Amino acid sequence: MAEALIQKIIDSSVVDGPGNRTAIFFQGCNFNCTYCHNPETISLTSETAILMTLEEVLERIKGNLPFIQGITVSGGECTLQRDFLLPLFKETKKLGLSNFIDSNGGISFEGMAELLAYTDGVMLDIKAVDPSAHLSLTGHPPDVVLDNALGLAAGGKLYEIRTVVIRDVLDNPGIVEAVSRMLKPYLKDHEIRYKLIRVRSHGVRPAYQNLLPPREKEMEKLKAIAVKAGFLEVTII
Amino acid sequence: MKIYQKHEETREDVLQIIQNPSLTYEQQTFALAKLAENQLPLPVGEDETILELFEKGIICDLDEGHAPYAPRYILPDYDKLFREGSKFLRLDPPKNLLEAIQTLQIFYHHVPSITRFPVYLGRIDRLLDPFIEDREVAREQIKWFLIHLDRTINDSFSHGNVGPESTVAGELIIDLIQELQNVTPNLTILYDKEKTSDDFALSCVASSLVCANPAFANDKIFRRDFKGDYGIASCYNGLPIGGGAFTLSRLRLNKIAGESSSRADFFDRLLPLSIDALLRLMEGKIKFLVEETPFFKSSFLVKEGFVDLDRFVGLFGLVGMDEAVDTLMTVEGLDLVYGRDSEANALALAILDVIQKRVGEFRSKYGKIWNHRFLLHSQVGAAGDEGTTAGMRVAIDKDIPLYDHLRQAGQVHPYFPSGIGDHFPFDYTAKANPQAVLDIFNGGFESGMRYISAYSEDGDIIRVTGYLVKKSDLEKFNQGEQISYDTIQYAKDPLEKHGILNRKVVGVDG
Repeated sequence: MAEALIQKIIDSSVVDGPGNRTAIFFQGCNFNCTYCHNPETISLTSETAILMTLEEVLERIKGNLPFIQGITVSGGECTLQRDFLLPLFKETKKLGLSNFIDSNGGISFEGMAELLAYTDGVMLDIKAVDPSAHLSLTGHPPDVVLDNALGLAAGGKLYEIRTVVIRDVLDNPGIVEAVSRMLKPYLKDHEIRYKLIRVRSHGVRPAYQNLLPPREKEMEKLKAIAVKAGFLEVTII
Repeated sequence: MKIYQKHEETREDVLQIIQNPSLTYEQQTFALAKLAENQLPLPVGEDETILELFEKGIICDLDEGHAPYAPRYILPDYDKLFREGSKFLRLDPPKNLLEAIQTLQIFYHHVPSITRFPVYLGRIDRLLDPFIEDREVAREQIKWFLIHLDRTINDSFSHGNVGPESTVAGELIIDLIQELQNVTPNLTILYDKEKTSDDFALSCVASSLVCANPAFANDKIFRRDFKGDYGIASCYNGLPIGGGAFTLSRLRLNKIAGESSSRADFFDRLLPLSIDALLRLMEGKIKFLVEETPFFKSSFLVKEGFVDLDRFVGLFGLVGMDEAVDTLMTVEGLDLVYGRDSEANALALAILDVIQKRVGEFRSKYGKIWNHRFLLHSQVGAAGDEGTTAGMRVAIDKDIPLYDHLRQAGQVHPYFPSGIGDHFPFDYTAKANPQAVLDIFNGGFESGMRYISAYSEDGDIIRVTGYLVKKSDLEKFNQGEQISYDTIQYAKDPLEKHGILNRKVVGVDG
């Protein structure tokens, strides 16, 4: 029987993809981002996470009908538990729900063709494009993430890109420009959203509390770069 | 309701109205007229039971007046006005947008109601849309139409309808209300997932998070109940077009429960006694209005066929279900509460079944359109309702999770063709995702709800139980300033004493 380690389930989320969704936060992450605001989801084991069966997760989701249009799997990094996601997505599709994946992109989607067939969209973090910056931020190089962005965009599955913006640490305009350049060719066929997120200290581990959110002006500049590249919906949060 | 015994009492009240600095001249005039009307006895003959139930707070007539001389809610047939014009008002059918707007404004001036203002403005998008030639010109004219309504109809119970289909006029109206931030008109979109475009529905949701307007009516359910067209008037009252409501009085179910010694006493004695008393009061008022006053004989609205006696109904109002159920549970020594516990919710349905049956067995002399039966109405509450939750709503401090709340509402909404509604505040994160709110509305409608609306927690305009007010206006009113619209007076209690601002959406993560 399929089981997964789940940190929490939010029955009604208005910030995890289109419309009202049930968001499922899986335990465990392959990245270790300095500014992670859910650090309790990073470890592969956790005292607060619960091992849930497919049936249990489905029951919880069914309890939210007919108020949701779908589910979003998030984390941690939910694709670490992809063997659970596939049967879950098959069942939620039967309920008429849409399936979205919120991912750090650190695991190649190439090997997940069947899962993607049941996926309506992926929300992907691109935290940095410069290898050393990505490495110091997440503990991993960015190659897989960037390949995933291209692959998902080509397959019409890339729903949203997210970039967390930190003052004076990252080359923020460089990141948004690189992402815009990379995805521009796909924007005419598929709308991709770009969400620019100010770093926040809420929930972040004490050692990394010193990260500063960008100035308003900088956020507007970044937005302008994305809009110019052809992203129709660019939001700042 | 006040029964005047001595001439001095009348004089005192007259002086009080005349000297009240917070009332505008029109508000004073209206209050004086009501005071004069209330010198007459209630049109029920010698009926000690009714008076006793008034005293106990079980029956409440919402200060409707003792001797109604016009129906409480009138929904004129505006299509007829546009087809044929009006002889009495010397108006020809309009030929362009300017004439259409002026025709409506003139006509509205002559539509009476319990508030002295028209409570139904018609399906304003559908009325105006055929006359639109140039979008920009139309935008300017409709903008001034809306400003005119807000400044001359000084009461936010005045209700316009839009939808279900999207029109240019509808889009302009929804766009303009966000810019204008007015409390009048109260707006409802007659929403049907299959007829209303996603874009229009979403712009209505987005608008409601900016200015608490429009609310959403479940068009499918209303059309089924009314066997076709209907209008939403006043707070959220579904009524026949070309007719309306004679009268609305209400029972405070919580007071009935409070006066009952047991559940059996409630069901077997006091509830039926109260229902029958309210039926007599309503029938007395309706007969007085129809038979003793000239409205249905001489009003141009009747003579020219804009309304028809047979299309009016009586509204049998109910409030305080929440406290009634909890009281009856406590009497039985049970710790089960309305909204949260299924046994308590089932008891509410049992109470409604009894009321529906008994009210349904009473045959009124009038009200042909509803087969001479009164319609149940879940009333939004009034000043002086401290300790009585509006209609069938769950008390504000109970904070039950949103989906459970909507499912519970979906169980009680079907009983009330003439109106029931729930309003939910959403926080700022929902503004970026109106689709999420629409999903929740769709779920509510699928669960049986008839009417729902959203507003933003941090906005100035909010929907108080069933009408709009500005929080900033209440502050001014409290400081003794005059406010142009009457509804501010009714909002005072709900906002300050009944904790309306404490209503929370529970279980939504933003």
